[in-house]
Amino acid sequence: MLDFVARLFKAERSKNVAKERLQLVLIHDRNDISPEILNSLRIEMIATIKKYLEIDENGIEIELDKADRSVALVANIPLKTMNRKIRGRVKRD
Amino acid sequence: MDCRIIVVTSGKGGVGKTTTTANLAAALAKEGYKVVAIDGDVGLRNLDVIMGLENRIVYTLIDVVEGTCRLNQALIKDKRIENLYLIPTAQSRTKDSVSADQMLSLCEELRKEFDFVLIDSPAGIESGFHNSAIGADEAIVITTPEVSAVRDADRIIGLLESMEKAPIRLVINRIKPEMVSRGEMLDVQDVLDILAVDILGIVPDDESIVTSANKGEPLTLGSTSQAAKAYSNISKRIIGEEVPILNLFSESKGFFSRLFGRKK
Repeated sequence: MLDFVARLFKAERSKNVAKERLQLVLIHDRNDISPEILNSLRIEMIATIKKYLEIDENGIEIELDKADRSVALVANIPLKTMNRKIRGRVKRD
Repeated sequence: MDCRIIVVTSGKGGVGKTTTTANLAAALAKEGYKVVAIDGDVGLRNLDVIMGLENRIVYTLIDVVEGTCRLNQALIKDKRIENLYLIPTAQSRTKDSVSADQMLSLCEELRKEFDFVLIDSPAGIESGFHNSAIGADEAIVITTPEVSAVRDADRIIGLLESMEKAPIRLVINRIKPEMVSRGEMLDVQDVLDILAVDILGIVPDDESIVTSANKGEPLTLGSTSQAAKAYSNISKRIIGEEVPILNLFSESKGFFSRLFGRKK
């Protein structure tokens, strides 16, 4: 019984849930990067990396990965100079 | 005065763009300004029925931009009030019937004649929205205290900012004070925290909105309801008067007593 009353008082008011959910979803919405920007980013990233490493340009994958509470830029860039495929991954937090 | 062209938009459908356009147009005309309301929703016209002018349509916006008629022939004058006009749109045409350039030149034409041009935008972020907003100087974004409407408002605000509309101000529609006081509905401050935009006004959820739409009589033509008051306040803020935001929340007792004690 006491437990029930406690739960009744603790029950989160739905407007707080709404506010929190909206704030999270808008972080994602607002960070939605357009394909054009992603493409320019891709071109510049490749140019920079090519200064230091030999890379397989055809195998490059760059995308935005939306996890629960964060958005990550994930780049998969195979290197040519090594026999094994090495994957450079931008770490998600 | 210099003409102000204002787009009324929302992203999400059904949040009250058309009702707001009709009521603000009537309220501004009542303040003595020469006002035209334009229905920007080609193929789904509704501003005419909300304003009660649906039986007087001969020519439409599409006829004007295609040169079938002169601008004056498509302007429907509201007989209930001085200085209020409507340019209806076509029901049997598609959004592609009007181009951005045509809307721009129409707006410039109207700028010479009117104090206020209010454009009722369609829902969505496609060409219909773009054409409605392109000729506007400023924007009024309508939302309700619901997650879907607030999210879409955020998107629309971003688009309006990139189109350099200023000011972009928010109207929060369909507030239910009783739910807000229970903490079961986002309140005004919550919505402002989320959207980070200036508030132009709030409108309570009010049965008078439905009855006025039934009759085709904008509330601001003469109703004394809470919503009528809210729209009238918004129109005053548009013309630069400082009017405090309607307090729907002081105490629920106060709200109800005001509601019932209003008849003078």
